[in-house]
Amino acid sequence: MKSSSIAFVILLATAFDAHASDVTVEIKKFLFEPKEITVPPGAKVVFINRDETPHQIKADDGSFVSKALDTDDRHEQVFATEGDFRYVCTLHPFMTGVIHVHK
Amino acid sequence: MTSDEHNGIDPQRRKALGCLAAWSGAAVVWTLVGGVPRALGATSSGVAADASKHAFTFAQISDTHIGFHKEANPDVVGCLRRAAADLNALAVRPALVVHTGDISHLSKPEEFGQAKELLAEIRIDRVHTVPGEHDALDAGLSGYLKQFDHDGKNRAWYSFDQNGVHFIGLSNVLNFKAGTMTSLGAEQLAWLKQDLAGVAHSTPIVVLAHIPMWTVYAQWGWGTADADQALALLKPYGSVTVLNGHIHQVLQKVEGNVALHTAMSLAYPLPKPGQEGIGEPGPVKVPAGELGKLIGTREITVVRGKHELALIDTPIDHA
Repeated sequence: MKSSSIAFVILLATAFDAHASDVTVEIKKFLFEPKEITVPPGAKVVFINRDETPHQIKADDGSFVSKALDTDDRHEQVFATEGDFRYVCTLHPFMTGVIHVHK
Repeated sequence: MTSDEHNGIDPQRRKALGCLAAWSGAAVVWTLVGGVPRALGATSSGVAADASKHAFTFAQISDTHIGFHKEANPDVVGCLRRAAADLNALAVRPALVVHTGDISHLSKPEEFGQAKELLAEIRIDRVHTVPGEHDALDAGLSGYLKQFDHDGKNRAWYSFDQNGVHFIGLSNVLNFKAGTMTSLGAEQLAWLKQDLAGVAHSTPIVVLAHIPMWTVYAQWGWGTADADQALALLKPYGSVTVLNGHIHQVLQKVEGNVALHTAMSLAYPLPKPGQEGIGEPGPVKVPAGELGKLIGTREITVVRGKHELALIDTPIDHA
């Protein structure tokens, strides 16, 4: 009984850790929120479109591109290396954001 | 047998014609005199005031967004069908229909397929299209071109001649760059120059492109960054009419002999450029009963010997 409780706690902690480094960027009213974030290498950034209009995210350096995201669609992107990753909505190029990846 | 059947008139068409007569009182006929648009007033027949045996009429529809099903308009299919019925009921049958882009909402093959089937309900020989940015998602224009490759060259720009008018279809939905407006691009501008080289300056020109060919509101990307280069190539021509979509509302601008017009959508309205209180160009939800007044079709009549074209913009709610 005791060992199963410990196992559950470890499992819970692992699950929590897996999400602890995730960062969410929401797209609302044709804006990325937050527009600028800093994350450690290896972090996963989850983009979620809350608009009724589709958006598509593309890095300026071409290092990543999402599919077109309809309402509530999400795109997950892991940033393995350090750097500043600027991105834009390919459909609405006035929508821009940046992910700073630093230790 | 009803009197309509006796007269060889489809009763459904008679009903639609009745609606047409009722609404056309509210339709505005535009003509361009000396380069300045001037409202001529309403027509009673739904036919452009200057229509004659020397004229030909075509229709413009735009931004059907087949696949959209949200609150701003849960029935875009029904709206396109109503537009098709209206066009089929016109007293003067249009020579062709042009669709100025955003045929689909998400560029899905089934959306393009459904749109093509719906457009076939318009009793017309040809529907010419240009792509919108919603037709260029994920796989670029490949899905669009499977259904709408008008000259078999696997590209989205082309030209054709109809009744002495030179029509040019352009694509300005692929060259988006961060922080700027879209553009036509060097390859397409070079093609345009080459295409116009064989066209006499006295030939009326009609240009089709999705995103406005003038800067309506740069902050929302409502413009084409290199449109000036295209318009410079068109400047020597005596009559140039540019038909755009994208902004889901009717706006006009005149530069010399070039008249630029945006059209209503058949899906949902968008805000006015930079509209106060609305920070983004997303679908505008309107009260029930209002939507049909804000989406619709356009008739364009070309009269031989006149550089101005007559336009009638008609909402789908016209009873």
